[in-house]
Amino acid sequence: MIKNFLNLEWKSFFRSASFGKGLAIKILMVFLALYFISLFLGLGIVLYPALKKAFPDQNPLTIVNSVLFYWIIGDLVFRFFFQKLPVVIVKPLLVLPIKRRNIVNYVLGKSVTSFFNFLPLFAIIPFGITLLVEGYPTVSVLTWMLSLMLVSLIINFLNFIIESFSSEIELSFLPIISIVGGLFALNHFNIVSFSQIFSNGFNAIYNTPFFIVIPILILLVLYAFNFKILRKKLFLDSGLKEKVREIQTSNLDWTKNFGAMAPFMQLDLKLIWRNKRTKSSVWMVLMGLFYGLFFYPQPMYQDMPWLFAFIGVFSTGIFLINFGQFIPAWDSSYYKLLMSQNIKYEQYLQSKFTLMALSVVILFVLGIPYVFFGWKILLAHFAAAIYNVGVNTHVILYGGSFNRKKIDLSQKAAFNYQGTGAVQWLIGIPLLLIPMGIFALFYFLIGFELACLVLAILGILGIVFHQKLMKGITAVYMQSKYKMIDAFNQNN
Amino acid sequence: MIVTSNLSKKYSGNLVLNIESLEIPKGQSFGLVGNNGAGKTTYFSLLLDLIQPTTGVITTNGIQVNESEDWKPFTSAFIDESFLIGYLTAEEYFYFIGELRNQNKADVNALVAQFEDFFHGEILNQKKYLRDLSKGNQKKVGIVAALIGNPEVIILDEPFANLDPTTQIRLKDIIKNLAQKQGITVLVSSHDLMHVTDVCERIVVLEKGEVVKDIATNATTLKELETHFAGTGVV
Repeated sequence: MIKNFLNLEWKSFFRSASFGKGLAIKILMVFLALYFISLFLGLGIVLYPALKKAFPDQNPLTIVNSVLFYWIIGDLVFRFFFQKLPVVIVKPLLVLPIKRRNIVNYVLGKSVTSFFNFLPLFAIIPFGITLLVEGYPTVSVLTWMLSLMLVSLIINFLNFIIESFSSEIELSFLPIISIVGGLFALNHFNIVSFSQIFSNGFNAIYNTPFFIVIPILILLVLYAFNFKILRKKLFLDSGLKEKVREIQTSNLDWTKNFGAMAPFMQLDLKLIWRNKRTKSSVWMVLMGLFYGLFFYPQPMYQDMPWLFAFIGVFSTGIFLINFGQFIPAWDSSYYKLLMSQNIKYEQYLQSKFTLMALSVVILFVLGIPYVFFGWKILLAHFAAAIYNVGVNTHVILYGGSFNRKKIDLSQKAAFNYQGTGAVQWLIGIPLLLIPMGIFALFYFLIGFELACLVLAILGILGIVFHQKLMKGITAVYMQSKYKMIDAFNQNN
Repeated sequence: MIVTSNLSKKYSGNLVLNIESLEIPKGQSFGLVGNNGAGKTTYFSLLLDLIQPTTGVITTNGIQVNESEDWKPFTSAFIDESFLIGYLTAEEYFYFIGELRNQNKADVNALVAQFEDFFHGEILNQKKYLRDLSKGNQKKVGIVAALIGNPEVIILDEPFANLDPTTQIRLKDIIKNLAQKQGITVLVSSHDLMHVTDVCERIVVLEKGEVVKDIATNATTLKELETHFAGTGVV
């Protein structure tokens, strides 16, 4: 049985339609994985000597135990957003003569092989070896290491339980954020010292290896609980079914002010609000808006005004970049319809342009409080916003004409590289680095005000020549019509 | 109305469609039958300028489809689900298509109201996105959307597939009505010989991209087609 399952996995990996095409992304993922591995490995190796040096009179192991609580809640949050239980793959298995029990065990067992479970090992093992070399008792160290691996698995299964409950509600990340936040707060303000409790627990396991049965028992209970949940879900009308929610429709009549492109504006707004992937790019807007807070409060950046333009372009243009880079792939699933309808391509693109330009204006207005950190920042953001409206919108629309990747709208956005090609990575360079380069150049040559002026003038030029630019961009889209239809027709 | 001449389509050296000459007059209900891979959908895609012909041209109303877009206002089609916008409700989808075809909401409502029977109470006022409808109901939406805006040419690829028997019968009436009473040119492809012979005045059989039969439908047509596809090769 297991052999058959493994065989399926192997084939699905190597025979997936995107195997060849997505190679660049796979390589990127491998590099990311290697990066994290080396990070953890490095941590595991230097942890003991570093702690010994920093706190010579304390036992490094006790220090590690005392911070394990933070690792656990951090890991839990991280997994919640990036690790999913792959339930859907079992759909074709249901009608085959395989016991449901085996299918459930297979899905749960497969989750154990996740990268997230192996990552901590790269830190735990070298640290454990150091402990052994330093003469700590062998049995105790080994049980301690084992207990950490068990905890990693416990987090693994706990996460699926949380996910399965929170997937029922609209803002699915609220429960995890509030639970973890609550735990952290309780601990931080010393109301209930979880870090102390966890620390005592791990110390106890280290001192009395028999206590290892506690994490083992927790793990078994969680596994059984997962098993129960999953077993119930393995029916087409429950867990495997996409949920259908009653929906509210709004008529969006105000878009009528935009004249001929109104139908497209309505379509775009519905596109953004009614699909998971686009919806998450709206949430990312918040992140972009607060991006400046990472830099401006630190006095170090106050002396680097040449960076202001970069942050300005990013924080006023986050929606533009997120939404714009996948034009026209957002419409890929019904592109054939659009192409056979009596539409004016220019209006279609104009609608996207208007949407992006509006977003820049709104984000700039919302970002005005940055003036608190100095008027220079506001000035730079203003210039950057004009540059975004005048130049970046056109650049990103032009880049879209090279878009050949289909997007499945129902997928989430985080760590979702579907629809991403080399162009999407390359387009970030002109969008962010060029304005920053121009700004920095004029800043160092002449001065801050003039650098702002240059950016603004470039943007105004773009706005002045908007009609002409759109004509050119439309022509490029028309030229690649057949290629796009063909590409969007493929399931990658 | 629709004139096809010397049309061929090759995919990496493979000839998938080769039609020397085919004329479809205005107001004809035209049926295209053939096994899988015979080139039915390819022909329709060429008609809609969704793919480029390797050689030859199609003109409708004297407009060459891959040169000008002026055929779009009087042509509509439903080829497959990729003609639907999954995150709209049926009504919103109808209105959207209506706006593209210069029909206001009242026009669309009036048209859609005629198909209450056809929808069987499962399409309108459902508060569901199209992506959450069943395949059959999605098809109903697509077919009715293709009737919006007074098109002169309607292209339906496999309209009968996935529909329940009642709906199939209703659809047949709709198509007959379009061609006979309203003078609309209707192009239909199907695997179902019986439905096509019921609906179409003329049936063309495609085989490996070539026209092998071109029949004006009469009482013996169904028999003739069945014999043909049974592989006996007589007639």
